[in-house]
Amino acid sequence: MSRKKLITNVVRYVLYALMVLFFIWALQHHYLASIFTESDKFFVMLKQHLKLVVVSSFLAIIIAVPAGIIVTRKSFKKAEWLVSNVANLGQTIPSIAVLALMMGVLGLGFKTAIFALFIYSLLPIYRNTVAGINSVNDKLIDAAKGMGFKPYQILFRIELPNAAYSIIAGARTAIVLNIGTAALAFLIGGGGFGTWIFTGISLFNNDLLLSGAVPVILLAIMADYLLRLLEYLLVPKGVRRSAKTS
Amino acid sequence: MIKFDHVTKMFQGGAKAVDDVNFTVEDGDIVVLLGPSGCGKTTLLRMVNRLESITSGDISIDNKSIKRLNDIELRRAIGYVIQSNGLFPNMTIESNVTIVPQLLRWDAKKRHNRYKELMQLIGLDPEKYAKRYPHELSGGQQQRVGVARALAADPPILLMDEPFGALDPIIREKLQDEFLQIQTEVKKTILFVSHDIDEAIKMGDKIALLRDGKIMQYDRPADLLTHPKNDFVSQFIGEDRMIKGLSLHTIKDLLREVGLAEMPHQHYDGKTVAGSQNLRNTLSILMNQGAEQVIVTDHNEQEIGAVTIDLIQRYIAKQIKGKTDASLPFERVVR
Repeated sequence: MSRKKLITNVVRYVLYALMVLFFIWALQHHYLASIFTESDKFFVMLKQHLKLVVVSSFLAIIIAVPAGIIVTRKSFKKAEWLVSNVANLGQTIPSIAVLALMMGVLGLGFKTAIFALFIYSLLPIYRNTVAGINSVNDKLIDAAKGMGFKPYQILFRIELPNAAYSIIAGARTAIVLNIGTAALAFLIGGGGFGTWIFTGISLFNNDLLLSGAVPVILLAIMADYLLRLLEYLLVPKGVRRSAKTS
Repeated sequence: MIKFDHVTKMFQGGAKAVDDVNFTVEDGDIVVLLGPSGCGKTTLLRMVNRLESITSGDISIDNKSIKRLNDIELRRAIGYVIQSNGLFPNMTIESNVTIVPQLLRWDAKKRHNRYKELMQLIGLDPEKYAKRYPHELSGGQQQRVGVARALAADPPILLMDEPFGALDPIIREKLQDEFLQIQTEVKKTILFVSHDIDEAIKMGDKIALLRDGKIMQYDRPADLLTHPKNDFVSQFIGEDRMIKGLSLHTIKDLLREVGLAEMPHQHYDGKTVAGSQNLRNTLSILMNQGAEQVIVTDHNEQEIGAVTIDLIQRYIAKQIKGKTDASLPFERVVR
């Protein structure tokens, strides 16, 4: 256990060191200059990017979590395989193809990009919700039922708290993925940091490329960190340990 | 009083899990549903709080059919303890114990007082465990908390589904003793599922022995042991049923029925036993010691006589012969 911890820590600090070196290297070559010279543009893209991620993730959570709850109800159990297969199919399509398909239906623009990102983040959230609820020990449900819990009390007091770890982990995965995928939104006119990244690629302009890419990376890392913090606050203390050891 | 009236449970496909069961559980009694796995004992138990439906027949509590009661209210009025406790890992010990009062909307102060009462009853420090979580407790402690939780809203009836089944033998015996002690205080009407004959003898005021969904015999433990109704019963309780039965009787019973032997005249430095000791352990002591007799002491530690193997034999003989004699003492041993 402590050995494992040691290795994770070593890997983590090596990564941190590499990142710091990378920044020193990038700054020395003025590769991040655009962020400072064109900062109004930078903030517009930052806003676009965040809007893409926040709106699409929010929509995905409020659709996928309830969907996961519904298919795990006793009367809907039979529909589970159908819903799960549709969701799985959605995930097997590459993200860029989803964007292209959506463009065909909805045309170019910001809304199309949001819709594509939304579709793409449904699955991890849905799948983790279903897995989390299904992993709650049947004995607990039985005990709760035997003690006179009503069905909604079983859901809110037993199933959701005990599945919280898995559900939030699903949302975290989806959001972090979304931050990266949102860079593709530029391709269908959705804006975001993709604007600089793709322009940088086509012009062989390292400055533009990195000024777009580095903020995306930092955003993803920050989101991951914040969501882990949220996870820590939302998951009941008694469940935290068992979730980590399993 | 719980009355089972021609209770039958048929699963889809026509297999009968419970087949025409009739018996009555008197108030304040522990009735053990005993039998091999698959005999329908757990199904029968779960029919009482309607976790399983009744195909035909009826179960009534205090002459009211449970079919006429609302599921949720029925269950809140019945304590339910399952094997490996089923404590909710997301809740603290205090919330676990007071969850049913919470569902019943007791106010916070009343709940907290009840929590303290129950923890004292099961012998755990209320303050120390209030904010702990189930995984921080040992198996035995968890099971105690499970019992406290079932008692929280003071239901007249408890259903216990192999509550001590997952514990190691030493802890199990300790919890059985503790539970019998608690029962003398709370006097609940209890249905208790077990597959262990020794546990059934120890815990039960009566035992309902089941096989393939049918009741083979419904009797007091002593009667079941001395007068098994059929081959299945005698086979299930085992060849050593007489020895098992001895654990139901104390030296005091023996004194009352056949008297004690005189004290040995020469100097004696063997072991002594208390008069409240059961005969099974006494016999074991006798055989271990290789002595003719063992000295019995009363509650003041005064030597009052001796027990011999011969005396125990005579006592057994009298028990078998005297089944119809209703005045025979069949005290349950509570240590």
